[in-house]
Amino acid sequence: METVNIKINNIPMTVKKGLTILEAAREAKIEIPTLCYLKEINEIGACRICVVEVKGAKSLVASCVYPVADGMEIFTHTQKVLDARKINLELLLSNHHQDCLACVRNNNCELQKLCLELGVTNSQEFKGEKQNFEIDNSAKHMYRDNNKCILCRRCVAVCSKNQDVSVIGCNDRGFKTHVGCAFEKGLGDTACVSCGQCIVACPTGALSEKDHTDKVWEAISDETKHVIVQPAPSVRVTLGEEFGLPIGTDVTGKLAAVLRRLGFDKVYDTDFAADLTIVEEANELIERIKTGGVLPMITSCSPGWINYMEHFFPEFIPNVSTCKSPQQMFGAIAKTWYAEKNNIDPKDIVVVSVMPCTAKKYEVDREYQNAAGENIPDVDISITTRELARMIKKARISFESLPDEEFDKSLGISTGAATIFGATGGVMEAALRTAVETLTNNKLDKIDFEEVRGLKDIKKASYKIDNLEIRVAVASGLANARKLLELVKSGEEKFNFIEIMACPGGCINGGGQPIQPASVRNFTDIRQKRLDALYNQDKNTKIRRSHENPAVVKIYQEYLEKPGSHKAHEILHTKYKEKSPF
Amino acid sequence: MAILFQGTKQQELELKEVIEKHKDQRGALMPVLQKAQEIYGYLPIEVQKMIATGLKIPLEEIYGVATFYSLFSLNPKGKYRISVCLGTACYVKGSGDIFDAISQKLGIKNGECTPDGKFSLEACRCIGACGLAPVMTINDDVHGRLTVNDIDKILSQY
Repeated sequence: METVNIKINNIPMTVKKGLTILEAAREAKIEIPTLCYLKEINEIGACRICVVEVKGAKSLVASCVYPVADGMEIFTHTQKVLDARKINLELLLSNHHQDCLACVRNNNCELQKLCLELGVTNSQEFKGEKQNFEIDNSAKHMYRDNNKCILCRRCVAVCSKNQDVSVIGCNDRGFKTHVGCAFEKGLGDTACVSCGQCIVACPTGALSEKDHTDKVWEAISDETKHVIVQPAPSVRVTLGEEFGLPIGTDVTGKLAAVLRRLGFDKVYDTDFAADLTIVEEANELIERIKTGGVLPMITSCSPGWINYMEHFFPEFIPNVSTCKSPQQMFGAIAKTWYAEKNNIDPKDIVVVSVMPCTAKKYEVDREYQNAAGENIPDVDISITTRELARMIKKARISFESLPDEEFDKSLGISTGAATIFGATGGVMEAALRTAVETLTNNKLDKIDFEEVRGLKDIKKASYKIDNLEIRVAVASGLANARKLLELVKSGEEKFNFIEIMACPGGCINGGGQPIQPASVRNFTDIRQKRLDALYNQDKNTKIRRSHENPAVVKIYQEYLEKPGSHKAHEILHTKYKEKSPF
Repeated sequence: MAILFQGTKQQELELKEVIEKHKDQRGALMPVLQKAQEIYGYLPIEVQKMIATGLKIPLEEIYGVATFYSLFSLNPKGKYRISVCLGTACYVKGSGDIFDAISQKLGIKNGECTPDGKFSLEACRCIGACGLAPVMTINDDVHGRLTVNDIDKILSQY
């Protein structure tokens, strides 16, 4: 390793060549503040909060993009540096709507935290013209309040680099510069895929999910309604972060306990529906292989991916599994089988989902997602992990000290295969466990498909099943999905089965998950920690094959007959439509 | 106010040729936008979408560039192009008020065009007729020593 000798605040040290000053300072246990910097995604040195003094340099330098050099002497907190940071912050604040008390990011705002540290109060130092933007409410899943935007461009960078969607960017120039869509259309009138990656990248309250917790409170307090809840797999390994627990803490037991205490009539689990999805989807794959159907088959659980496909790759519509996502399968079963069995009018059932995802808010309103009949949506309200945390805090339930409880029976029973749905490669692995055993009629000794695990952009593997070779690929993050789809389109590579999740790393890094500041994201792969927790849970679960989920087996026996039956198609499958790429 | 796009097949073919010529070149967007504006006179959404598809550049990125440079216009020019000089001499003589009065009368802002395509309005810098300040031009006609009260009469000549 090539190294350089530098001094930080007069203390000599040796660091790897090529590091930025920001990274080198971190090794010296100094955390230089940043706002616009997101490692490998947004390295533009625009906000000038991370400035430091370098001996001999003409002016202060932006440490986030300035590489260290041999003999460099760096000073990270001289008066000059602190004054410059303060002025830069005051300038940002001079055009920032400071309604912090009512702001969704109060106490979790990177701008607010810096102001506190640098002693910037609501200063009138730079009194002058203020922008006054209308809030963009046009999208189903989120809003944009440009009055709180600091033009760091982190949202723009994730939308284009990670997600290849590029519906937001900087319009106009100078004081009028603002983040928006082409021709100032509302986000809801563009090809936005609703993934919400921009929200988790935003340092302030400029971007946020639409809060639907009021609807949930209303349903819970309505005695004529039977309100049931289903949290997604990944929520159980991220919710703890909202209550100060370390990233990657598995809080499954507390999650069941807190949902019960919030007042839901039944506390079920999307994991159950994930198992159901796998049985149905594995069957679809086997059918396509056996009957010469359209291949590769591509998974359909990620609604961000479905939106992306409809807007940008509609030619793949025949390839995408027609299976509804687990969220929707849960709702469909709840309002048909469960309603009949318990003699409840499906119109009186309110299905609430807790999701790592903002695209799920879009998905609940999609067409062909109403198994129990017209005007009876499979799922009524979809809230994010963050919104659930807000509800718990409002109810003043001390989450950390709750006992571990179980989900309610039948629709709360699940397997290890369902748990890993929350991570990239998880759906693939769960499907392989079921598909391989169904095809060979043999129980596998080893059901860990290591090749499809992990955070690599695109994972490829090949499995021999009897005399059949199955080639699979997994991509997460839509920019990676594009690369993979281009390979398929050009005929360069052939696969039988592809898993795509919209968010990089899968649902554990979804747009509805707890927001970790850049200071954490830049130096810790939060995805790995959350993902490890899911695989750990799978490893320690007794039943690890979806087709062995007793509740799923029972529903097929009692109601759906068999995977892929006519009835299963009516209730558990859906359709897609081509949409405009603009 | 949106003005109906009236691009012809001929213009479209011309633009496609330009895109074809530049599409594999780095930094193709600027020359293509310039040519597109030459062909159409402005850069409406229909034109920007053709460029987005042809160059495989997101529409928002194109719009961002088109709104960054004042050279590019999102609105067509009217049959009569009104330019009000906001240079120093005209400005101190009250051309700001003239500009506002025209803007209000026609219901259009700087850079826009009336829905009937008759008038477009823009601010310009010194046109070298400071002796006549405040001054404006309508196409090639120069109108000087203006007062707000002259506006109606002048516009009615067109």
